[in-house]
Amino acid sequence: MSNTPVLAVNNIEAVYGGAILALRGVSLTVNKGEVVSLLGANGAGKTTTLKACSRLLGAERGEVTKGVIELNGEDISKLNAFDIVKQGVVQVLEGRHIFSHLNVEENLLTGSFIKNMSRAEVRRSLDYVYELFPRIKSRIKTPGGLCSGGEQQMIAVGRALMAKPSLILLDEPSMGLAPQFIEQIFEIVKRLNEEEGVSFLVSEQNAMVALRYATVGYVIENGRVVKRGSSKELLESTDVAEMYLGGGKDVSFDEVKYYHRRQPSFV
Amino acid sequence: MEILASLVTAFADLFSLFGLEVFVGGMLSGIMYSLVAIGFVLVYKSSGVFNFAQGTMLLFAALTFVSLTERQVNFWVAFAITCVVMVIIGLIIERTVMRPLANQDLLSLFMATVGVNYFLEGLAQGTWDSAVHGVELGIPTDPVFVSEVIPWLDILVSKFDGFAAAVALGMVVGLYLFFQYTRTGLSLRAVSDDHMASQAVGIPLAKIWAIVWAVTGIICFIAGLIWADRLSVSFTLTWAVLKGLPVILIGGLTSIPGCLVGGLIIGASEKIGEIFFADVFGGQGIEHWWAYLTALVFILIRPTGIFGERDIERI
Repeated sequence: MSNTPVLAVNNIEAVYGGAILALRGVSLTVNKGEVVSLLGANGAGKTTTLKACSRLLGAERGEVTKGVIELNGEDISKLNAFDIVKQGVVQVLEGRHIFSHLNVEENLLTGSFIKNMSRAEVRRSLDYVYELFPRIKSRIKTPGGLCSGGEQQMIAVGRALMAKPSLILLDEPSMGLAPQFIEQIFEIVKRLNEEEGVSFLVSEQNAMVALRYATVGYVIENGRVVKRGSSKELLESTDVAEMYLGGGKDVSFDEVKYYHRRQPSFV
Repeated sequence: MEILASLVTAFADLFSLFGLEVFVGGMLSGIMYSLVAIGFVLVYKSSGVFNFAQGTMLLFAALTFVSLTERQVNFWVAFAITCVVMVIIGLIIERTVMRPLANQDLLSLFMATVGVNYFLEGLAQGTWDSAVHGVELGIPTDPVFVSEVIPWLDILVSKFDGFAAAVALGMVVGLYLFFQYTRTGLSLRAVSDDHMASQAVGIPLAKIWAIVWAVTGIICFIAGLIWADRLSVSFTLTWAVLKGLPVILIGGLTSIPGCLVGGLIIGASEKIGEIFFADVFGGQGIEHWWAYLTALVFILIRPTGIFGERDIERI
């Protein structure tokens, strides 16, 4: 694992519709070959951060107003979503966003258009995806919309893989999935990371699973990164344990009312 | 009682050779609407917008072509020039109106096409003129006896309608193959399904829309030519084509083959209504609203049309 950053987010601020401040100081780094997790509750800014990196924010009338995002050392503020994918960074959207009227194979094919691949190459990529996810191979002709949630997540990841990415931005893969599927998805993440050297930035609410597979984690709260550490450190930290893992210690609710976690302003 | 009696005679007349003739003739005349409907569907399918300016684009194309031929430009040269002009207009609409409004509310996009409609109307009149022009494409308009081919079928069919049907069928088949079997076609379907996801996998939205609008421009031209030959080129053209609306409601807003089927149904029902049931509804001229009534009844039974994509939702 070398230490060249693939993606470097430097103190960005993001605004929706010119008015709603969604991010107010997010910095993070994804090094080559790393699996980085981005933890946080609903509305903390995980998705916005990922969309800022993939330049999909514009499609939701959002924009990055401050800070710099660098991809392989280059500022991406002038690029559009298409360029980002072209450079090998693909986002797997939260809620999967399968093309519901396209069948499974067509869904996968759409991912390959970015690279001008020959028929044989496309076939090889398809076979690779089917090998990773044998379950969807049996449903090639089924409309994507009729597949189960777990299958859809597999299609979404498979579709991203068709573009032969070097970095995948994976947005809440566990959302609405059975534990067995969550485990399966993360096993694939691990395998792609180890075999193909694909880097990952995974946003998750399910910190337990995410930290088990990631090397580094960031905790994001109210649009700010409030904590950074190796997965081990985060798992041991009491804050994280209380917030995302539950338990930790017995909580006295009288005290909770007056309890505020320290939010360090980001340096 | 009287109404009932006239209904009975109407139905009795319907099941005769004459009834069949009206039915077939109606279906073929409905193809004219299919030609327009294809343009509507193409834009709707890829961007979710109902293109109100379709009729004016059609008029603009026909007017450009006519004005060129009237200035002694060779038929095929005029044809080529108009094609180029329509592609450019399509691209300009996409670049200056649709693209800046991408990701906005669909209603804003629709209203923008209303604006485009009036702009093009003015541009057409300003560039050319507002007189009524005749077009003669040399398509034979005389009717033929089907019995010459199928001996027992002793009915008359217009050659012109047959020609229009062949053109429409050609376009539908061509577009269907394009959507089903090419990369661009698949990208188009992906875009119509989910804008966000298609951007996430790197489908260039702008390029796809540019293609759609360019193709729409050409389709408008072809439809415009055939309509112009039948009606002559004038402003009635912009409204005549609104009959494409019930057609796509019946066929399904997102289905190209649906345009053909919808056109056949609207055409047949229109003519049958006019000829056999007009008396029941108080006289001739019902065909103007009959088509919309047919569409209404259809929507009540099948809200997404015959081939329209039904929302797939998992529970």
